[in-house]
Amino acid sequence: MGRNDVAILGAGMHPWGKWGRNFVEYGVHAIKQALKDADVDWRDVDFIVGGDTMRNGYPGYVAGATFAKAMGWTGIPMASCYAACATGAQAIEIARTRILAGMCEVAVVVGADTTPKGFLAPNKGERSLDPDWLRFRLLGATNPTYFGLYAQRRMDLYGATELDFARVKAKNSRHGLKNPNARYKKIFTEEEVLESPLVAEPLRLFEICATSDGGAAVVLSSLDYAKKKGVSSPVRISAVSTVSPTFPNTVIDMPEFSTDSAAGIPAPDRSFKDSISHAAYQEAGIGPEDLDLAEVYDLSSALELDWYENIGLCKPGEAEKLLRDGETTLGGRIPVNPSGGLGCFGEAVPAQAIAQVCELVWQLRGEAGDRQVEGAKVGITANQGLFGHGSSVLCSR
Amino acid sequence: MSSKQRVPAMEGWLTMDEDDPRLIGLKDESSGTFFFPKDVAVSHAPGHAETELKEVQLSNRGRLWSYTTNHYEPPEPYVSPDPFEPYTVAAVELTEERMVILGQLAEGVDPHTLSVGQEMQLVLGTLYEDDENEYVVWKWKPVEA
Repeated sequence: MGRNDVAILGAGMHPWGKWGRNFVEYGVHAIKQALKDADVDWRDVDFIVGGDTMRNGYPGYVAGATFAKAMGWTGIPMASCYAACATGAQAIEIARTRILAGMCEVAVVVGADTTPKGFLAPNKGERSLDPDWLRFRLLGATNPTYFGLYAQRRMDLYGATELDFARVKAKNSRHGLKNPNARYKKIFTEEEVLESPLVAEPLRLFEICATSDGGAAVVLSSLDYAKKKGVSSPVRISAVSTVSPTFPNTVIDMPEFSTDSAAGIPAPDRSFKDSISHAAYQEAGIGPEDLDLAEVYDLSSALELDWYENIGLCKPGEAEKLLRDGETTLGGRIPVNPSGGLGCFGEAVPAQAIAQVCELVWQLRGEAGDRQVEGAKVGITANQGLFGHGSSVLCSR
Repeated sequence: MSSKQRVPAMEGWLTMDEDDPRLIGLKDESSGTFFFPKDVAVSHAPGHAETELKEVQLSNRGRLWSYTTNHYEPPEPYVSPDPFEPYTVAAVELTEERMVILGQLAEGVDPHTLSVGQEMQLVLGTLYEDDENEYVVWKWKPVEA
């Protein structure tokens, strides 16, 4: 499709769950599955990049090396990266650009995590220069606080209701029921969601994603390599966006407690979140109307509605209508989160963006079973992470 | 009447004027941009890194961008009252500086009476207390009609 296409030869995932085992085990499981899927031997891989985990000490900070050693040292170049929730996509981008530069033929990209219970809390100690410490200290601004702010704004500006938010969770639970890798494989009705306790009003417990263990990996290659292997029609990555915000960034974002000021330099035409997928569409030379499905970062159910607008499925304020009309449900015009989304997985930070791409791979190959989006040819992922990180991967076949 | 001293929770971040409290920020005159908090090495306006930053008091009126009430006790380093009470975080866009600042809602304000877009003002409020001091932080309160 585009001038920057690379092939995805294989995808693999360790199921998401909560076992507290070594993150390396989950990542290796995913790598082995991806290599088998790709019909590539580890010894033929010439680059590996790992998404880091911040909760597992030193081995987590050098994930590329940790997984290279776990699979067996072969002397190949490696890389490790961290980009908060966008880590997996940044890892994909590092591999993709190396392939496009002609310096690598086949690469493994992996991310895995084991995560503690409850709220994501900052590291211990007094750190008055760290906004992530300050927002807890001065405000008690947990992650769900930000999700609550965005959700309430949808209610006051666009008439979103509590039922809309519950609907998103219920929809995704029906999608995830059919996903062997999902952590939560159970139907949630709108009533059950609305009966769950309030966390960051208007959001309720079942509308805010959990944190999970998990691991995901993909095997990427140049189109030439795919051709040599006899893969006639591989799923392709046609675009990756890892853009940063443009000053001034006027939407309050974790973990800040103030935005940039737009008093001097006017706000850019496009908000940061809108700019993420926009860059991917530009690179691939297509638009949102060309999409068959999307995997977006439903950290909260309400956030999924923001994403419909951010990735251009509809205008601001119209997301609720898309949802209520069933357009984003499996069987609808543009299914969103056919995997079940974070609502069914919970978040395993370094693995999640890769997991989003794995879903696209299975969908575009027609291998998604009961979750299959009919005739899927083009899909997009979108996510956003702390400190100006965001990502979007566009795949096609 | 409390014999405890009211001290700022963060030194140098706000004036302790009970009637007209102000956040203390910085201004980059060359681009007309404001910054809060002050922990800014150079102007974040691209191309303005050479500009000298001036300390300024920010205005204390704005419009409610959004709000949310937290029903679960947050982890450290937040100091929760015992027993825990739900508290509301409000995001307000300062009208003059065109920046959104988070702050807790002032005591005694019912969050269910709020709506996005209404006028809000900065007030001083207690973040937490120990045996000696009341630690003061900025909070948001609706402007009386």
